[in-house]
Amino acid sequence: MFTSRLPTYGPVWVSWPRSKGKYTGFWLRNHRNKYSILSKSLVTAALILLTILLSGCGGPIDENGLKGKVKIDGSSTVFPITEAVSEEFQLEHPGVRVTVGLSGTGGGFKKFTSGETDINNASRPMKEEEVEQAEENGIEFIELTVAFDGLSVAVNKDNDFAKNMTSAELKKVWNRGSKIKTWKDIRRGWPNRKIKLFGPGTDSGTFDYFTEVINGKEDVSRNDYTASEDDNTLVLGIMNERDAMGYFGYAYYSENKENLNVISVNGVKPDNETIRSGEYEPLSRPLFIYVNKESLEREELRAFVDFYLENAAFLSEQVGYVALDKEDYVEEVNKLEGLGGD
Amino acid sequence: MNANLSAGQSSTRKVKDRLFQALCIGAIIFSLGALAGLLLDVVISGLPSLSWHFFTNFASRFPEKAGIKAAIYGTLWMMSLTASFCIPIGIATAIYLEEYAGDSRLARIIKLNIANLAGVPSIVYGFLGLAIFVRMLQFDRSVLSGALTMALLVMPIVIVSAQEAIRAVPLSLREGSYALGATRWQTTRRVVLPAAVSGIATGVILALSRAIGETAPLIMIGALTFIAFVPDGPMAPFTALPIQIFNWISRPQAGFHDIAAAAVLVLLLFIFIMNAAASILRHRYDRRWQD
Repeated sequence: MFTSRLPTYGPVWVSWPRSKGKYTGFWLRNHRNKYSILSKSLVTAALILLTILLSGCGGPIDENGLKGKVKIDGSSTVFPITEAVSEEFQLEHPGVRVTVGLSGTGGGFKKFTSGETDINNASRPMKEEEVEQAEENGIEFIELTVAFDGLSVAVNKDNDFAKNMTSAELKKVWNRGSKIKTWKDIRRGWPNRKIKLFGPGTDSGTFDYFTEVINGKEDVSRNDYTASEDDNTLVLGIMNERDAMGYFGYAYYSENKENLNVISVNGVKPDNETIRSGEYEPLSRPLFIYVNKESLEREELRAFVDFYLENAAFLSEQVGYVALDKEDYVEEVNKLEGLGGD
Repeated sequence: MNANLSAGQSSTRKVKDRLFQALCIGAIIFSLGALAGLLLDVVISGLPSLSWHFFTNFASRFPEKAGIKAAIYGTLWMMSLTASFCIPIGIATAIYLEEYAGDSRLARIIKLNIANLAGVPSIVYGFLGLAIFVRMLQFDRSVLSGALTMALLVMPIVIVSAQEAIRAVPLSLREGSYALGATRWQTTRRVVLPAAVSGIATGVILALSRAIGETAPLIMIGALTFIAFVPDGPMAPFTALPIQIFNWISRPQAGFHDIAAAAVLVLLLFIFIMNAAASILRHRYDRRWQD
């Protein structure tokens, strides 16, 4: 089958396609500069082998189990929980292919409301225009709460005076057109040093939520602060600046407890208990998944959502969020049952 | 000018000369130092996480169990498809522009625009890919969409470098070929292309090593982040190394930052191998052409 004459010893070089005599193709050159043509069939065989190698490495297929696809996209805040659930789910059902994207809550809803995805991770409730979009496209959906997050306002470790602030004080600092420059402007008796503010960028669900509950209107905020979409950058900034203040998701505070001081809001310090009970108010926020009702009729999607609610308590705490009460998960499951599925 | 040569000013000229030299050396130290610092940081935090299972595991919520199998397969799939789109089209375009198009007004406009396209921010190609490949042609968020977007992104680089390589082939070689009665196609195929192949190959590899590190257009077209299987065809969903790195680096847990550094090392290794291949190719074929 192979017409090429391979040299018996010595290093072999493969050339680019070139013409020699009447042959054109890949050439082999041995150490004595003797050329022999690499036949087309050999090249083809190698290519086919490569393709098989690349494609043959698919995961194990569970012949008897569930099969199908579960397409998820949306918030980067909810991503770690959904990733954890998918990881566990795939171990039990290797035949189901779960994919999770990271387009952000808003970007994810665009895909969800046009029917491109089955589930959307959301760090805020669906907006009115998104609901309208869904109705227009005939998409029916169900909202499930899977965990809590507590937006945490943090200051530098050396800051020993700002331990507690009220919502009103936070609003004074962060509202559009805020006149607050120094700590003294917030409360008399605090030092007369300039505050350095850090916060998430305007695309983030964290920004949307914070501005809504603190400043009273979504997306209304002062903009002369250091903004970053990467919460770790905010953490680092606050760690390195004595007079820094900033806000981000609870997980970023709880992972950096030794390096940051957290501010109690209206006298309540964020921790698992106060966030779960809602006592850490108003900065404790629910995290959602939105499920397409039509997709729910598919067996593998139903299994995935059931699995999600069964394990969300344990898995969300593992990745740094706060679980709902047990009864609340039961309530979410009841929402599903109400749909008249199996 | 003559006044500058007078004896009184020669010392200031020498001082200026020294100053400029010092400035250049300073610039080198600064850029290399920053690079070395960055590399050292990545190696220190990433090296301990590099192990066999880092390559054979899928992403996980436990940093110590997480791996880059899906990302590596996705990157390989995407790059091989990107190469198979952009190499033939890019080289054919360059041949047309250099050998056939002549110097018409239209050809000049096209050449100028291709050079401009090379400077368009990558996220713009992401939008284009999302609109055309994902939505209009319904390729979905597949390897194919990613590869086509990447091919568009690096095509200008391939075309421009192939054009330069073809232009560098001496006119006398072509004329010799024509004198022997060869047609334009025969001349291009048997004389011009073999003479230009090292330049073209170098350009192609450098273009591909740019594509392998691009993140923004992939995120734009909606390449995925968590995926626990490897692509089984051009229509399969996928993730790629830069996306995996981007995701891990923004996690709160420090463990993820370390494996992000490890993934950066793997990506650097890929790019290093490709650049080494480019310089070896250039070296080998430049010599070959002389004998």
